Amino acid sequence: MENKLYVSMSPHIHSGDSISRKMWEVIIALIPALLVPLYFFGLGSILVTSVSIASCVVFEYLIGRFLLKQEASIRDGSAILTGLLLAFNLPSNLPLWIVVIGALVAIGMAKMSFGGLGNNIFNPALVGRVFLLISFPQQMTSWPLPKAFNPDFMDAATGATPLSIMKSGHLERLPDLQDLLIGNTGGSLGEIGAAALIIGGLFLLIRKVISWHIPLSILLTVYVFTGVLRIANPELYADPLSHLFSGGLMLGAVFMATDYVTSPMVKKGQLIYGIGIGIITVCIRVFGSYPEGVSFAILLMNGVTPLINAYCKPKRFGEVKKK
Amino acid sequence: MKKNKFSIVLNGLIAENPIFVLMLGMCPTLATTTSAINGLGMGLATTFVLIFSNLVISLIKNLVPENVRIPSYIVVIATFVTILEMLMQAYLPSLHESLGLFIPLIVVNCIVLGRAESFASKNKVFDSALDGIGIGLGFTFALGLLGMIRELLGAGTLLGFRIFPEHYGMLLFILAPGAFISLAYLIAIVNRIRKVS
Amino acid sequence: MKKLESSFKNMVIVLGCITIVAAGALGWINGLTAEPIRLAAIAKQEQAIRLVSPGYDNQPVQEKYELTDYEGNILTCFPIKKQGKILGVAIETFSMKGFNGEVRLMLGLRPDGVINNYEVLKQTETPGLGTQMTSWFKTEKNKQSILNKNPGKDKIWVAKDGGDIDAITAATITSRAFLDAVDRAYRAYMEHCGTVVDVVTTATIEEKEAQNEKE
Repeated sequence: MENKLYVSMSPHIHSGDSISRKMWEVIIALIPALLVPLYFFGLGSILVTSVSIASCVVFEYLIGRFLLKQEASIRDGSAILTGLLLAFNLPSNLPLWIVVIGALVAIGMAKMSFGGLGNNIFNPALVGRVFLLISFPQQMTSWPLPKAFNPDFMDAATGATPLSIMKSGHLERLPDLQDLLIGNTGGSLGEIGAAALIIGGLFLLIRKVISWHIPLSILLTVYVFTGVLRIANPELYADPLSHLFSGGLMLGAVFMATDYVTSPMVKKGQLIYGIGIGIITVCIRVFGSYPEGVSFAILLMNGVTPLINAYCKPKRFGEVKKK
Repeated sequence: MKKNKFSIVLNGLIAENPIFVLMLGMCPTLATTTSAINGLGMGLATTFVLIFSNLVISLIKNLVPENVRIPSYIVVIATFVTILEMLMQAYLPSLHESLGLFIPLIVVNCIVLGRAESFASKNKVFDSALDGIGIGLGFTFALGLLGMIRELLGAGTLLGFRIFPEHYGMLLFILAPGAFISLAYLIAIVNRIRKVS
Repeated sequence: MKKLESSFKNMVIVLGCITIVAAGALGWINGLTAEPIRLAAIAKQEQAIRLVSPGYDNQPVQEKYELTDYEGNILTCFPIKKQGKILGVAIETFSMKGFNGEVRLMLGLRPDGVINNYEVLKQTETPGLGTQMTSWFKTEKNKQSILNKNPGKDKIWVAKDGGDIDAITAATITSRAFLDAVDRAYRAYMEHCGTVVDVVTTATIEEKEAQNEKE
């Protein structure tokens, strides 16, 4: 099935166009993380992913062609990437009509309403996810369990994610770090398997598609913040490593927060942005009523990005430093 | 200046629609339109206040000295809002309950004071009442439309009648973000139509 | 006619007159609507009472009395009688632990404290999630229903906290608030009846578990 992705690449011409090449590199970096849910959740995950990508592309084409009347922007791969990232944020047993609504919101509302790629304030895939999370809370929070599962654990928390276990306060039921790394936990289809996401992230770093500033500042902030909480009360708060490797944090930090359009342009701004996402995420996870806060944190900091950009202006070419 | 009576009413409904064109009174618009009935109820309640406050303010406009006109208008508006609230409590208790706090808040709805300032204090009594009807119906129309869209998408019902199973409703439309999103798209559509015509 | 000048005297007189007329109008309307408002409130109470404890022939609203809950708040209690025999009570109870503040219920109890029925009077919970409480705890499905349960014997709190009631999906906080209101009414009524309240609560269970562990 995953060959389909390679097939859909072939009409693409490597013309040196930097937007589309970077988009494709991100998509390639996501492939290891796509294999993890395929192994643990089965074909449902591929079905959700294909429907999500297909409907994003179709909506982008229809809206661009008939409503905005601009040249078709499908070839740049951004709609495919949005579809893939949206699917990564959904449970693999989600009814397909909900996936289609999510794609419509992501492309239609979050991207095309603002004028298409480059003009959107918020990350389209995350807007789609949050829209679905608020609209269909039941379907969006019933997580399938991975197949290779310890039976007593299933009795204790059917369908729970590591983060909802943290929220309910039964820290002893948390899956161990090894399971979190390989993805043997409940959750959205692309967020499990921290190791696969880290491999993808390293690939992007080596190819210089992303810089280390945003992901590292997010992860470090979360590590330090939850570490302090852990020291303060180890009975109440989970250890910082479990926080790092569970939920959508790795996916969000590496692939969602680093979206060029919605993140700050200069390094200093990116650090502020990353620290902001880290703090908001921990606040929502630990003190809020939702178990997971990465998507809300990224969207909130997306909204602040123009302000950060205004504060940390990139240096003009040829500008001399004032003494 | 002789205005066509009918055009005064139409003005409030279309050319100066308080929601889609003037963008006034956004707070009750966003907060009370969780269903078509609530939207229409809020719209009609505001229409009632608009008609009577416009009428009375137009009557007393020459008696009120310039420097105290705003407090005087507010007292008049607040009186009608309080009367409305007591009447609703007595005869429409269920609607009163679902609109709750937003009935007393009509006092600070900028549409009401806005029309008092910009129309009633400069025009004849009868015209002012007509303007109240026009603006009020424009407000009711906008709130009803927004309420219908949100109720249909959010709960799958229209004026309480089930259109599709509740299971398919998008909760977000009943919550606050749905109000902003639906209103934004409605205004975009209205602007598009106005540009064309 | 020219506008009145904004002199101090004019302003005081005009504002004073407008306020007096407004006050008069309000007083008049208030007099007109006071009785209907009172009747509407009673009708609403009676309707709720009839829903939670049907089949009475007395005037519960006239015979109401007050209960004090464990936090010192006043709850209104309506006795339900048929031909002089007590069938139970309807208690107007509340909880401030809701997701958006106050939750208010009418709870029908039989004399032995078994829950007959309930009706949500006031709530501002999240539409589609918390608002399901109006029917959730009456539905005989899985472990949702609280009807015919005795808060003194059954563990009337959400399964997440170790109880026997299924919380509303994705609305645990609302479910806790709802059950808090039920518990409040039950305890107040039992206290009033002179029963020594030995209500099993989450706290007492935890104490017992702690004791067991020590042993």
